[in-house]
Amino acid sequence: MRITADTSRCIGAGMCVLTAPELFDQNDDDGTVILLEETPSPTSRDTARRAVRSCPSGALSISDD
Amino acid sequence: MTHAESHPVTYPMFRESPLDPPAELGRWREEDPVRPMVFADGHIGWLAVSHAAVRAVLADPRFSTRVELLHPPVGQRLSQVTRRVMPGFFIRLDPPEHTRFRKLLTGQFTVRRMKQLEPRIEKITGDRLDAMESGGAPADLVKDFALPIPSLVICELLGVPYSDHERFQRDSSALLNLESSPERVRDALDGLAAYLGDLVLRKHDDPGDDLISGLIAAGGLTVEEITGASLLLLIAGHETTANMLALGTYTLLRHPDQLAALRDNPALIDTTVEELLRFLSIVHLGPVRAAVEDLELEGHPIKAGQNVALSLAAANRDPARYDAPDTLDITRDALGHVSFGHGIHQCLGQQLARIEMRIAYPALFRRFPALQLAVPADEIPLRSKMAIYGVHQLPVTW
Repeated sequence: MRITADTSRCIGAGMCVLTAPELFDQNDDDGTVILLEETPSPTSRDTARRAVRSCPSGALSISDD
Repeated sequence: MTHAESHPVTYPMFRESPLDPPAELGRWREEDPVRPMVFADGHIGWLAVSHAAVRAVLADPRFSTRVELLHPPVGQRLSQVTRRVMPGFFIRLDPPEHTRFRKLLTGQFTVRRMKQLEPRIEKITGDRLDAMESGGAPADLVKDFALPIPSLVICELLGVPYSDHERFQRDSSALLNLESSPERVRDALDGLAAYLGDLVLRKHDDPGDDLISGLIAAGGLTVEEITGASLLLLIAGHETTANMLALGTYTLLRHPDQLAALRDNPALIDTTVEELLRFLSIVHLGPVRAAVEDLELEGHPIKAGQNVALSLAAANRDPARYDAPDTLDITRDALGHVSFGHGIHQCLGQQLARIEMRIAYPALFRRFPALQLAVPADEIPLRSKMAIYGVHQLPVTW
């Protein structure tokens, strides 16, 4: 599983950080997403999916490799 | 594919039960999640009531939020009075203008920054509880607890003197009152803009360590734009959380099994807050969006210029999204609710609201373990005629 973050679409709502703080952070200046873990471990995959689903602006996506 | 349209409905506001959305919303959601609706000014648009349809509209860039394109779903709303965009009032701006404001502000409302406010919010909450305790029972939980906590917090964050709270609370209450005359709405808006405009100019000369001073220092925004953005943050920052705190307390008191579960397991506070947000949907009127081109929504043809009113409450009670949606269950995973909206306008202050609630509810029930209503539940005055739902007063004893 690979997470992709499009910072140009990100609105800094913080839902990903709230849902999966081990995978995401926010830029202190403009609040946009910082991807901490591009390829989540098997134990983090469900959380990753929840975080991607909770993104209000469609800035996050997941691909399965 | 399109089908014969039903007779246009009006936006339902009447509740048979104070904690549940109007009953017809559920029936309509079952029949067809999108239907024609007649707006208060006679405009024929649409009403969307399912979780999927509401989220689809909020995420779709073919819908605009600009005030000059919007029709009022009920009553004499702001759009009817002014139909002009106040500079900086970014909830009514589309990209790319909206993006400019959002980017400037999101850094101020990150999860981390909001967590840094926790000790201060705990102190403010403790002070209000001390004041309630020393004043003795009964107390009005709205006036003594629910309203001052978020008001104090947003004032500190913005750099607005709390000593002026009576003034701005009176005006923001008039703005949100669906029965205010157009003149009263205009006066309230002008009054707030004049007050905050003066404040912005003062901070220009004598900056502080606050958000308004930060916006001035960032450069690139006019005084009018900073004033408009501050006005939005001030209203949104205190009215919403205040109503969640009071109505949420009322709700927990009326669901003693849920309150007991929270007491037994304080770690449930995070899911409790999400569930109360979902269950109560205090933004019970709109939002509204305007189609900027012809499009199709769940098989219905939406013409450019037509408005779609959304029911967040109906979306949050959609059985297609939540099991037993009309049951308050503080252990459920309510994430995905639309109480803060969805899409690019999703609430900027949502992480602040969450932290305020996560601190305030447990502190209240810890301090007053025997908290109860001081009057019969059906005598609590409900905010049915306000744009944000809640209770006007909540007399409590302990």
